[in-house]
Amino acid sequence: MAVETPLKGNIGDSIKRKEDDRFIRGKGNYLDDVVLPGMLHMAINRSPFAHAKIKSINTDAAQAVPGVVAVVTGELLAQHKLAWMPTLSGDTQAVLATDKVRFQGQEVACVIATDPYVARDAAGLIEVDYEVLKAVVTPQQALKSGAPLIRDEKEGQTNNHIYHWEAGDKAKTDEAFAKADKVVKLDTFYPRCHPSPLETCGIVADVNPATGHATLWMTSQAPHAHRTLFAIVAGLPEQNIRIISPDIGGGFGNKVPIYPGYVVATAASLLIGKPVKWVEDRSENLISTGFARDYYMSGELALRNDGRMLGLRVKMLSDNGAFYADAQPTKFRAGLFHIVTGSYDLPAAHVVTDGAYTNKAPGGVAYRCSFRVTEASYLIERLVESAALEMNMDPTEIRLKNFIQPEQFPYMSATGFEYDSGNYPRAMQLALDKLGYKELRKEQAEKRKKGELMGIGVASFTEVVGAGPGKHYDIAGLRMFDSAELRVHPTGKAILKLGVKSQGQGHETTFAQIVTEELGIPAADIEVQEGDTDNTPYGLGTYASRSTPVGGAATAMVSRKLRDKAKKIAAHLLEASEADIEFDHGKFFVRGSPSKSKTIQDVAFAAYTNLPDGLEAGLEGVTYYDPPNMTFPFGTYLVVVDIDRGTGQVKVRRMVAVDDCGVRINPMVVEGQIHGGLTEGFGIAFMELITFDEEGNCLGSNFTDYLLPTSWETPKFEMGETVTPSPHHPIGAKGVGESATVGSPAAFVNAVIDAVGHLGIRNIDMPVTSDKVWAALNEKGAAE
Amino acid sequence: MLPAPFEYHAPRSVDEALDLLDQFGDEGKVLAGGQSLIPLLKLRFASPGHLVDINTIKDLDFIEERDGTLRIGPLFRHKAAERSSLLASRYHVMADAAPQIADPIIRNRGTIAGSVAHADPSGDWGTVLLAMDADLILRSKKGTRTVKARDFFSGPFSTALEPTEILSEIRIPAAKPMTGGSYLKLERKVGDFATVAVAVHLVMDDGKVGSAGIGLTAVGPQNLKAEKAEASLKGARLDDAAIKQAAALAAEAADPKADHRGSVEYKRNVVRVFTERGLKRAYERARGGG
Ligand SMILES: Cc1cc2nc3c(=O)[nH]c(=O)nc-3n(C[C@H](O)[C@H](O)[C@H](O)COP(=O)(O)OP(=O)(O)OC[C@H]3O[C@@H](n4cnc5c(N)ncnc54)[C@H](O)[C@@H]3O)c2cc1C
Repeated sequence: MAVETPLKGNIGDSIKRKEDDRFIRGKGNYLDDVVLPGMLHMAINRSPFAHAKIKSINTDAAQAVPGVVAVVTGELLAQHKLAWMPTLSGDTQAVLATDKVRFQGQEVACVIATDPYVARDAAGLIEVDYEVLKAVVTPQQALKSGAPLIRDEKEGQTNNHIYHWEAGDKAKTDEAFAKADKVVKLDTFYPRCHPSPLETCGIVADVNPATGHATLWMTSQAPHAHRTLFAIVAGLPEQNIRIISPDIGGGFGNKVPIYPGYVVATAASLLIGKPVKWVEDRSENLISTGFARDYYMSGELALRNDGRMLGLRVKMLSDNGAFYADAQPTKFRAGLFHIVTGSYDLPAAHVVTDGAYTNKAPGGVAYRCSFRVTEASYLIERLVESAALEMNMDPTEIRLKNFIQPEQFPYMSATGFEYDSGNYPRAMQLALDKLGYKELRKEQAEKRKKGELMGIGVASFTEVVGAGPGKHYDIAGLRMFDSAELRVHPTGKAILKLGVKSQGQGHETTFAQIVTEELGIPAADIEVQEGDTDNTPYGLGTYASRSTPVGGAATAMVSRKLRDKAKKIAAHLLEASEADIEFDHGKFFVRGSPSKSKTIQDVAFAAYTNLPDGLEAGLEGVTYYDPPNMTFPFGTYLVVVDIDRGTGQVKVRRMVAVDDCGVRINPMVVEGQIHGGLTEGFGIAFMELITFDEEGNCLGSNFTDYLLPTSWETPKFEMGETVTPSPHHPIGAKGVGESATVGSPAAFVNAVIDAVGHLGIRNIDMPVTSDKVWAALNEKGAAE
Repeated sequence: MLPAPFEYHAPRSVDEALDLLDQFGDEGKVLAGGQSLIPLLKLRFASPGHLVDINTIKDLDFIEERDGTLRIGPLFRHKAAERSSLLASRYHVMADAAPQIADPIIRNRGTIAGSVAHADPSGDWGTVLLAMDADLILRSKKGTRTVKARDFFSGPFSTALEPTEILSEIRIPAAKPMTGGSYLKLERKVGDFATVAVAVHLVMDDGKVGSAGIGLTAVGPQNLKAEKAEASLKGARLDDAAIKQAAALAAEAADPKADHRGSVEYKRNVVRVFTERGLKRAYERARGGG
């Protein structure tokens, strides 16, 4: 019987996640686990109104509660020039409100106390006298003339308009539309949702009054960038700031921004001279931290009679909340929304975007999505569904007809992206085969005769992830490169330190595997460290599926750098010339005689003990990688639904997901990422919604109102893969953290529309709830 | 969770619990499964001065059929109902409802009595008890009284229960042969309260409807009993026309509010559809099927 040798952890090996040992045993170290001697606790008093003038704040009752150490108001912060802070999109945001509150849940005052219960009790005793103002809750209202001015404190701001941004070629697009046989239009709304990581946001700020050193444990997806921003905002010398992002219980973009709570806790620790902990509760997380989407989109597709697409016109209006705090590269006012041409060879496209302030929470983050790619992908995939219905074509046929063909790569899109690689027809064909598409279409036709509603949804998405290149992409001016530092110890074990930061993605495993592949050190012998700015090289962090494309590339490059040095040492050990040394999976040998070899461990030991003359000791190195281009993962998702005509309930019967994210480092981890993303996509499509009433009260402030899918209702996923490596990435990987969230909502909604399209229904906005489906059927006289 | 301060009591007997409740009056609250009360404390929507935990009292977790009555104790949990073979074989409406309450974790702790005492108009058990014509036994230091389920609920989260009383037992007429039931619930996800739910408890007698109980969840200020629909079925043959008529009457009895779960028209329609489907299912079960 063959003995199974344990996998070493090369690329392609589904080894178990190294980090899971501690997570499964409850030995992780999350922010709330951080406890320091003398630590105080902070609670926030928040605005109950969406828009109101602050007439006065009385903190006497709160101050009088035994155990209360301090009450911090905006006025106090203003004395230290900290009442406002810059946002990641070049706007300003109130840390604690001074003049007025601009969204429900806005931070108004903070209590610092000896225990969290007292802090909470006292926060409730702060009396704020408000004069309620009319709230603006949609961007359409916001842009009407005469709408209440939300940002009246901003010099030169006379209305609620934030930005106007265009991409593509208007004249060329107009020409395409003039030539079109048919124009198909779709207005759709991608509603506000929330990343809702299971761990909410928090900080333990410990500023040492004697040394001025600030150690900040923070739920941060981007600790290095946050350190720099803290240095700039708080005026602290950067070398004195250490940010430690411990184990993070999910981020999904929610932990990219800097929140007022972080700033106040740090200021309070500085002023009081003791550590201050702040951990928000679930409702605080839902009502005040980075939301996602809230895009009103209108698309027009110009087509020829045979279904060939000629041009695309898109108008988009975004609701950015009270402060324009989107986390995105500076140049791009609506993120990378202009990827909206998707997987299609569209000769012309023009995209017009505008943003507006409203009395809602700020911080448009890319919820598991690379800077608004999700919205773009949703719009084009929904629009193509409409086109198929209008042209009486099968939704797969119209896609196949218009896909960018494999031989067209690298492909320059009409809005300026250079797609690196792809094979869209192959991924689609695999998905169709897995599903048994033709049979299901027959079943659908039979059912339709009996009056039963069944639908098959198709989405063939293309993403753009992995920012840089640094010359085009930056966060608050910081170029989007990333870094890896590798230290191989004398015994052949190694530590890899990264500028990115895992929030559950499995970096401790997959990044070790890249080193294993490049140097031959088993993954089990490689410790991966992230999140501590004193201890890792500078990087921009983990979001927008950039860790593998950028940090992973840096890891491969630094490994190769060390391999080059190792070769020199091996040549010395083997008494051969460096030019004759070959390397294969951890072994160095002289060309032609593989039996005489030295292992990487031998070489590592020699690096500290037996070096050739003139070579520096050690086997360590660091690399900063600025990618030459983004990567473009893609795939085809298929969904089958059945609809109950009496209740409008949609049952997802099947879901097939074929992803192509280039080379898969650890296929099991990749599948886990896709499972999670599909679940979130399912949630967004059918249940997740942050909504507001006319007065701006948030109606999704806890998990009984903001619905998250669990394993109980989530469909079973059938997965498939094709591999089209990225030509410019050192190991051909593309990043996969977000594909499924980006691609799947349109597949779910298209399935519903496919079931009811023959009745003339073209759109049901997400979340596609049973009442909306029933109302749509009822309107067409098709409900039970 | 950071609730307002409260004092916690763990009595060892019902008498001791009743003494405590008597002492605290409005400031006292019974803690059963905690699955409604604890969230209220967490959100600071409730801040009672004293919690009287009845989980430390022996013998409150029971279900038994005795003297023509099914008796359920105050610590009989949703999960036990879900697993009860007695309920599965003869009390279909309860067996159907149990696994649709909340999610498995909440069902491990939450109790039927607690749910009824809490009287959430979107709660499921009150509806089930209305359809089954249950009696509720309320005990205080002063004595014991019996209140019919239909007289128990008096509005959202309000009931005949005094702060000094414990709901000490639920009594349901034991199932006769030819009894069938069903509970159909529309929820947005597992663990969600009902958007609409309909309970049907049907007793057939010589090919005709002996009695029909129909309860409605989440479509009024409290769990509702669709009495006109029930009456329309009494003594009738359960044909399509009778079912349709009862369903229409149930829909009329519903008094839903429009919200983000749906319009008034939508919710009424689901009541109608579920009453039809529920009656059919209950009928089949009464005849030994399904
Ligand atoms: C997320 C979530 C989802 C839920 N979904 C559903 C659902 O789908 N359907 C549903 O029906 N319920 C649902 N519930 C509520 C759940 O069923 C509770 O278990 C139930 O409402 C209360 O029972 P309990 O034993 O937990 O009572 P507790 O929370 O302990 O008490 C609730 C109230 O009843 C009082 N009380 C409890 N027992 C007695 C007694 N014997 N005598 C007098 N007063 C008493 C308490 O003082 C308190 O006021 C949900 C709860 C949660 C948190």
